[in-house]
Amino acid sequence: MSEASARHDAASAGATGREDWLRAYRQMQRIRVFEEHANDLYLTARMPGLTHMYTGQEAVAVGVCETLRREDTITSTHRGHGHCVAKGASLDRMFAELLGRRDGYCRGKGGSMHIADQENGNLGANAIVGGSAGIATGSALSAKRRGDGDVSVCFFGEGALGQGLLYEVMNMAQLWKLPIVYVCENNMYNEYTHYDEVTAGAILDRPRAFGIHVEHVDGQDLRAVRAAAAELVGRARRGEGPSFLLCDTYRYHGHHVGDIDRAYYRSKDEEKSWRTERDPITLFTAWLVGELDVDPAELEAIEREVRDEAQAAVTFALDAPYPDESEVDQHVYA
Amino acid sequence: MSTPDVATRTRVISFSKAVNEALAEEMRRDERVLILGEDVAEAGTPFKVLAGLVEEFGTDRVIDTPISEPGFTGIGVGAAMTGLRPVVDLMFGDFLTLIMDQLVNQAAKIHYMSGGKLTVPLTVRTTLGATRRSAAQHSQSLHAWVSHVPGLKVALPSTPADAKGLMKTAIRDDNPVVIFEDKLSFQEKGPVPEDDELLIPFGVADVKREGRDVTLIATSSMVQVALAAAETLAADGIEAEVIDPRTTSPLDDAALIESAKRTGRCIVIDEGHRRYGVGAEMAAVVADGAFWWLDGPVRRLSAMDVPVPFSPVLEDLTVPTAPDVVAEAVALIRP
Repeated sequence: MSEASARHDAASAGATGREDWLRAYRQMQRIRVFEEHANDLYLTARMPGLTHMYTGQEAVAVGVCETLRREDTITSTHRGHGHCVAKGASLDRMFAELLGRRDGYCRGKGGSMHIADQENGNLGANAIVGGSAGIATGSALSAKRRGDGDVSVCFFGEGALGQGLLYEVMNMAQLWKLPIVYVCENNMYNEYTHYDEVTAGAILDRPRAFGIHVEHVDGQDLRAVRAAAAELVGRARRGEGPSFLLCDTYRYHGHHVGDIDRAYYRSKDEEKSWRTERDPITLFTAWLVGELDVDPAELEAIEREVRDEAQAAVTFALDAPYPDESEVDQHVYA
Repeated sequence: MSTPDVATRTRVISFSKAVNEALAEEMRRDERVLILGEDVAEAGTPFKVLAGLVEEFGTDRVIDTPISEPGFTGIGVGAAMTGLRPVVDLMFGDFLTLIMDQLVNQAAKIHYMSGGKLTVPLTVRTTLGATRRSAAQHSQSLHAWVSHVPGLKVALPSTPADAKGLMKTAIRDDNPVVIFEDKLSFQEKGPVPEDDELLIPFGVADVKREGRDVTLIATSSMVQVALAAAETLAADGIEAEVIDPRTTSPLDDAALIESAKRTGRCIVIDEGHRRYGVGAEMAAVVADGAFWWLDGPVRRLSAMDVPVPFSPVLEDLTVPTAPDVVAEAVALIRP
């Protein structure tokens, strides 16, 4: 972890300017506020289905996606709103998708767990744990054949470490030197079970077994994630093959929005300590103000803008029409 | 009918050669086409169907994978979503069980779930068929499993010409297609039109033999079984029509119904298991659409509902044969 932090200061200070850091701050706030609304829409029965909050993990999605180009692709997870925002989606069409409306990114056919935003390189959230590892690796195969330097990022939680598919595709990615970064977000809980109970050995020994380059960072530290991602994405762009980025992080909410009573698998003290001591936005704000001399008023203004944007986006989505019934059998086949 | 017009030259080639030609032509035509699978390169697969392709197209496009069916299928799905047109070679149809998540939850649904924004132009080439003494895990005909899934297309060639034309269509289709080849068909020979654009449309059944007394709907190698039965029946004064749907998804309902209406009798012959199978669906389509024209119940001949046994004596009992078809037809026509 300290290695990556040190590299951050050396490698990205010059390459990353004030505007970049403020954009990262805005993106983290957009995810945080998006999830506040999503949670509220769900709890007030205006949003159907089920949904999984990304709150607490913002530095991972933003730290990684800030190093990507629009043409680079990502695959996401059931806890995917953060990746979608970070890769460039607009909040209004995201909310419309969550509400099953025609103006959603997938015309209301995907919902929270299947949001895709092809224009920005998001190949989709995925409701099968680890299910997108093949897709991400296939996208890297396409990029390698095009030879244009595009990179693929596969986001997954530590729960996906239990899926064989991940190891199959990491093996091929390393054999074929594919431009992909496997980003493991260890939020410590496979649904309602601590990962220690179901994970033998050390996580990083698994990619290492394939000879894949690994990095391990504090996933609550935006700058550390960004620095490590910049390095690994750079390796992939230069044709140096796949890598694995392990980010230690935490989800503030339950496994899904309805997971309210969590005492049987994690303590309230644990939740409180992550929120108060390791919140990624609080930590990054302190650095922006303390080290980069950003005026707190500027950050507050950004947060206000984000809140206005999100409120307008919710209104847009609530006002958007549902899909016409004639759409039910459209898009089964291309 | 797929019978070529008189102006088209044909050659007699094997089923295996027809598949090989289809892949080679499409790879020459479109550099986005590549092949992924176990032992597809220098080995040319255990059945040697792909022999020579790696020599022409190189290991960048004819790619040997580890024995990781879900992994290389998933990579095929992702590559298809991002501009390539992969052909995933699944050595045995029995291995469909290993790739069902990638095929069913991913490939089949991505276009729909994305509201039509993403497409998956993926071809999965695999096998079906028993009586090769390969026992229960290398002999199944699992085409019903994938025919059940909206978003997938399923093709079942029965002749070299269909094998070539359906494969070329599959590769150019913008949807995931599973194409099943009967392992026993690879050495079968037949006329194939000399035509670089031999594209057989999906969802169009082909009448392999015309007849007025009974309709034999047959798939894959069961078409040859039905044609042999029709010869025997003809000697007995019964004219059987043999119709091959060629694709189970989409299914040419209208052609099957029209034939059954004309003959008044229908037998469906398919090598999948009888219960909940492709044969059951086609029998239901005919019963529903041609009921008032039928002179008797729609019959089914299918694989027995047992795992495929190894012992040749037992295995041969499990699949429909031409004598079975003859007996069923005679019983239907002369009860």
